[in-house]
Amino acid sequence: MTKPQFVYVTYILTTPEKVWAALTDAELTRQYWVHSNVSDWKVGSPWSHQRPDGTADVVGEVLETDPPRRLVTSWSRPSTADDPTQRSRVTYEIEQTGEKVRLTVSHTELTEEDLRNISRGWPAVLSNLKTLLETGKTIPDIFAAMPCQEKAEA
Amino acid sequence: MDPVFKALADASRRRLLDALHAQPGLTLGALTDGLDMSRQAVSQHLAVLEAADLVTTVRRGREKLHYLNPVPIHAVQTRWIAKFEQPRLDALAALKTRLEGGET
Repeated sequence: MTKPQFVYVTYILTTPEKVWAALTDAELTRQYWVHSNVSDWKVGSPWSHQRPDGTADVVGEVLETDPPRRLVTSWSRPSTADDPTQRSRVTYEIEQTGEKVRLTVSHTELTEEDLRNISRGWPAVLSNLKTLLETGKTIPDIFAAMPCQEKAEA
Repeated sequence: MDPVFKALADASRRRLLDALHAQPGLTLGALTDGLDMSRQAVSQHLAVLEAADLVTTVRRGREKLHYLNPVPIHAVQTRWIAKFEQPRLDALAALKTRLEGGET
């Protein structure tokens, strides 16, 4: 097992099924992530992280799926999708702990440049996901306050 | 949010977070080696940080790897800092860093 470079944890007052839906439903992901996660979420299927205009800024493959507990995806930029050395791996683990759900996101095999961008992005995504599931709302302009990956590329 | 503030209200624990930010995935032994603290002290501080969800651990074989979990800090930031005009605070922090010529 490769040592993760980032492990992020958040506790959300909801159910594992709702967290799973929030990670895999295109419309729900758009609400808190601005981008939509699009796939049929079967092992071996492609997935993409799409901007509101429908173009993808992350593409990859569904590597493992065990709803609503575990999802593993590969991540690449579309321009280097064929280069395995530019590919990273994200694991989502969803566990019921009492009345809350513990969501753990591990990001491994990141390149140095991606490390910096990703480390800024995930806490905002997870905070917004938690807020959406617990209150039904998202924090407006949460991504405007920080230099996130999309902006760094622009 | 109380456990987060309590955990952060200690210079040694903030140094541990800095160490894990610089080098994610350290074991207790590796963390202790890099700091002027006893293994027991580091272990106790880590327990407080884990209870506040600021540090999370991953088991790899017999090793326990420690990671900074920035999600609660982000929550503090959005709840307590962002609304107090982040850009001006950033400018002030940058000014202070430059004038003092060191870390903030």
